[in-house]
Amino acid sequence: MIITPTWYLVLAAALFAIGAVGMLVRRNVIVMFMCVELMLNAVNLTFVTFSKTLNDLSGQVAVFFVLVVAAAEVAIGLALIVAIFRRRHTGTTADDISELRG
Amino acid sequence: MVTLVLFIAFAIIALVGALGVVISRNPVHSALWLVATLLSMAGFFILEGAYLVSAVQVIVYASAIVVLFLFVIMLLGVDREESLSDPLKVQRPVALMLGLVVFALLIGLMGNHWATGGESATAALNSGGGGNVERVAREIFTTYLWPFELTSALLVVAVVGGVALARRSRRAEAASEVAP
Repeated sequence: MIITPTWYLVLAAALFAIGAVGMLVRRNVIVMFMCVELMLNAVNLTFVTFSKTLNDLSGQVAVFFVLVVAAAEVAIGLALIVAIFRRRHTGTTADDISELRG
Repeated sequence: MVTLVLFIAFAIIALVGALGVVISRNPVHSALWLVATLLSMAGFFILEGAYLVSAVQVIVYASAIVVLFLFVIMLLGVDREESLSDPLKVQRPVALMLGLVVFALLIGLMGNHWATGGESATAALNSGGGGNVERVAREIFTTYLWPFELTSALLVVAVVGGVALARRSRRAEAASEVAP
């Protein structure tokens, strides 16, 4: 039995869906961030799979850029969470920061 | 045969890890499940011959980013169990349904040429000398040189922004003392 690219794509789709559901269901901001990471990883898997299928190296380079953007996003996002938490001394659930005031 | 066994093992770890991230009540457990998923991703990348990306995945994602997550969780002291009960009763079933719709859409788009593109655009995977690392490096430093340089600017902006946001300024401290 040979593993076709379809298997990878189905797996990536499943991971993306799990990440999306987690993003919608969870209220903890940090866990929501982790779900974003899950979705980014699912996309990375798709990129690498198509890179192999289409015999094109650009897919792997795209994964590289996604990694850089994810690192920057995590740094900024977590700094934002720390700043909000310091200022408001409430929990880190999304419901606590639903008002648009400092 | 070995590839098949490895694929199934990594797939199970990845899916269980992803579900663990969503279901865990403790954020620390979520982060540890995330490590399982990220490492199995690195395994998939090796199975598909993307060795450089796999190494970067382990170094950047599974270590640096997860350590940053754990560090912030510990810093804020939110490593306690939280109730998973939802104030909005409708939200969870609707979210599950939307997730299924997303999954079905992705599966539907998968086989379509107009959605995924069928043509190879630039360098072929196996042309030119050297291993995977050398070929990816050549691609980055020739075809994708300008995007690569721009990511350095992005990283600088992110570092400056992170420092500016997380810094505890004197004025803000005084203000928070006056008005708690």
